[in-house]
Amino acid sequence: MNRMNADDASLIVMGGPDALENHAFADWFRQLQFEGWESYQSLPMPQRTDEEWRFASIKSIDISGYTRPLPVSEEDQAELIARSSGLEKVAGRMIFANDQLLKREVLSEDLKKKGVIWEPIEKAMADHEEIFRKHFMTQDVVLGSKKFAALHKAWVKSGTFLYVPRGIEIDLPIEVFHWLHGSGGSTFPHTLLVAGENSKVTLIDYFESSDATAPGFALGVNDLFLEAGAKLTYICSQNWSEKALAMQINSTVVGRDASATSMNLNLGSSYARTESVSRLVGQGGRSDMLAVSVTDGAQEFDQRTLQDHQQPDTVSDLLYKNSLADKARTIFAGLIRVEPHAHRTDAYQKVRNLLLSDDAEANSMPGLEILADEVRCSHGATSGQINEEELFYLMSRGINPTEAKQLIVSGFLNEVVEKLGNKPIAEKLAGLIQSKFDRLKARSRG
Amino acid sequence: MSTETATNIDIDRNIGDFSYPEKHAFDAGVGLTHDTIDYIAGVKGEADWVREYRHKALDVFNSKPMPTHWASHDLDAIVFDNIRYYLSHGQKANRSWDDVPEDMKRTFERLGIPEQERKFLAGVEAQFDSEAVYSNIKKAVGDQGVIFVGPTEGLRDHPEIFKKWFGKVIPAGDNKFSALNSAVFSGGSFIYVPPGVKVKHPLQAYFRINAENFGQFERTLIIADEGSEVMYMEGCTAPKFETATLHSAVVELVAMKGAKIQYITVQNWSANVFNLVTKRAVAHEEAEVKWIDCNIGSRLTMKYPGVVLKGRKARGEVISIALANDGQHQDTGAKMIHAADETTSNIISKSISVGKGRATYRGLVHVPKHLKGCKNNTECDALLINSTSRTDTYPAITVRGTGNAVQHEASVSQISAEQIFYMQQRGLTEGQAMSLSVNGFVNDLVRQFPMEYSVELKRLIDLEMEGSVG
Repeated sequence: MNRMNADDASLIVMGGPDALENHAFADWFRQLQFEGWESYQSLPMPQRTDEEWRFASIKSIDISGYTRPLPVSEEDQAELIARSSGLEKVAGRMIFANDQLLKREVLSEDLKKKGVIWEPIEKAMADHEEIFRKHFMTQDVVLGSKKFAALHKAWVKSGTFLYVPRGIEIDLPIEVFHWLHGSGGSTFPHTLLVAGENSKVTLIDYFESSDATAPGFALGVNDLFLEAGAKLTYICSQNWSEKALAMQINSTVVGRDASATSMNLNLGSSYARTESVSRLVGQGGRSDMLAVSVTDGAQEFDQRTLQDHQQPDTVSDLLYKNSLADKARTIFAGLIRVEPHAHRTDAYQKVRNLLLSDDAEANSMPGLEILADEVRCSHGATSGQINEEELFYLMSRGINPTEAKQLIVSGFLNEVVEKLGNKPIAEKLAGLIQSKFDRLKARSRG
Repeated sequence: MSTETATNIDIDRNIGDFSYPEKHAFDAGVGLTHDTIDYIAGVKGEADWVREYRHKALDVFNSKPMPTHWASHDLDAIVFDNIRYYLSHGQKANRSWDDVPEDMKRTFERLGIPEQERKFLAGVEAQFDSEAVYSNIKKAVGDQGVIFVGPTEGLRDHPEIFKKWFGKVIPAGDNKFSALNSAVFSGGSFIYVPPGVKVKHPLQAYFRINAENFGQFERTLIIADEGSEVMYMEGCTAPKFETATLHSAVVELVAMKGAKIQYITVQNWSANVFNLVTKRAVAHEEAEVKWIDCNIGSRLTMKYPGVVLKGRKARGEVISIALANDGQHQDTGAKMIHAADETTSNIISKSISVGKGRATYRGLVHVPKHLKGCKNNTECDALLINSTSRTDTYPAITVRGTGNAVQHEASVSQISAEQIFYMQQRGLTEGQAMSLSVNGFVNDLVRQFPMEYSVELKRLIDLEMEGSVG
């Protein structure tokens, strides 16, 4: 496959937004998509020497071989809906496959009456144009994937829009499934969430592939806005096929006294890049950023983060944990930036790498840029392996070495999951982690 | 503490802020071409291979872009065409103090190299402009078989010792500024310590820039043979100039099996100097290399002393103190390349940002696969004095495989208002209290310096803290 660039003929495979047959979209939106396409074509591909792509295997991000999102047959639709198993109790659920809405289980009538909007974006942009336009892809992409964000903008077709009005608290989580179906196709999942003043909500995005070994390309964007005093928990569970190429671009804007907790679970993909930006734009805001990555084979997980403190008295706390087996590679590049006048900021950042194989490689770049006063900041990065004593202890209790290792790794990772403080969600995520271990075990036996 | 009301910092730079009339017997003019290289090589009477090495390095320098994709854009302020790349009195390095010209002696006097200290020091290699003008190797050191010369003599008189390692630890093409140094180097120290010899007294060199637009490109190579021990000290102050000055040194250390090298730097160039230095060591089996690095002066310093841990059980350490005041950017750090089993490295960095100063830690730790029992510990602490001060930390850590332990920690803090208040209650002025706190912050590192350096450091910190409070 050829490296993709602006004048590469293989682009025709993807084509511009024209090819999407998305004439249902309003003119202003189609205009945005054309602009996205133009900037995608004019922006350069990442280079090995780009600091934002340091340590990344640039050759992995060749997207020239993938086609536009493939259609899904009715039979397959039914099957994918049946396979979309999330939490037992939810406030709402949407299921997409290849950017096509398959099913929408609506919120209670009561919440609708209170003004909660929960719609696929193609509907939301028409029904609620003002609020949609005000928030849709307005945040600068600063961690290296400007070009890919532009491509997403050009190609986005569906996704979810959630607006929670002032003072409304939704106790149960809301779930969204995005399936990548077929072989060699692409998907552009989009999530736009606006949590109004003093509202409270939990949203989970599940990324799944129908065939765990089919190649595919996923390029998602999630934009989260928290107005004053809002509380949000957002979870992105990435379990694409092991041959998928995935990129996820996140922006979280935290207003005055608002509090955001976000969690990335990374299991699938051959190369997965996540860019997560928390902007603390109001005094007293707080952002907790969590991530768990379980890697094996030749997987490469490339995680870039920014904790951007723009106002005083803000707090951010990041904890990323990676377990690395086989020839896996991880990259963590995180920056805490405390802007001038963002005094009395508390910012923390920790990355922990657990190396399980001699061929695994963990790269850590924890960064700090402090331009304010009275700041409490710290970061830490560790790379190590399973403690032999712990292993010995478990083995002396009759647990075989493979099981014992796995228990230790689970314990290491689940510490992050438990920080969510939500038992059903923690159990669901722990189950997803376990199912990856089970797959590995089955493979090593086979 | 709130220092919103703090006034601008006014540093007393009178110390070191002086100059005497210059009489340069050799002057290569401004700008850098292959003719400049031929000129320098000619004046120095260098062998063809050295001349060739310089020419190749110049090509590398010209071909490499400025590293501004990660480094400060302040580098773009350097106008290479306005710099003098070679200047000399045309004198051979002096052996005895009596041979040193009178006006230079006065300069050294002002720098505060006391007579008594000279007796203590094993040898003084004082660099005045490009050429070592004063070189005094104490008899005892010479008797032990230690070679302590400048690069020109080193490469001319002892090629069998120095040629093997020259440019090997830091190749000319390592980075743009190592290429520049490799093209135009002059002055510096070449040291060889024979097997088993433990040099009791530290070897010391003072550097000084004393000409406008004049770049200083010293080259140092220290080889400590098996089981030997040596400590080298480098300290510098520079007078103020109207336009920017470039200083770009290359320092290579080679510690053979079981050898120990300590390299100590106190850098206090005036605030218009670009100080872009490449320092690296190779530590063979069970060898120990320790860089102690203190950066107080200059406009922009970029310096990341490194150790390539090449032999089993080799140990590398970097102790770094940086103080950045108004108009200064101390971009310092460390590199630890683990290349053998059971190698250990330790990095401790403390920085203080005052006024509008910016202190940056940049680090690299690399543990490749199939190594066992490697350990790295990195600690970076930053202290911010004023609300306009800035600090950054940019480490990059790569660990492959199991059986190694790497940890990195960094923190940023301020001096607590309570602490200052308490000290003021005890009769100290706010400035004194601040000085005391800062000295407390770096005290555990300062204590690792030799006594006369730690005294000088304390004095320099006091000086920098003057006026940092309103």
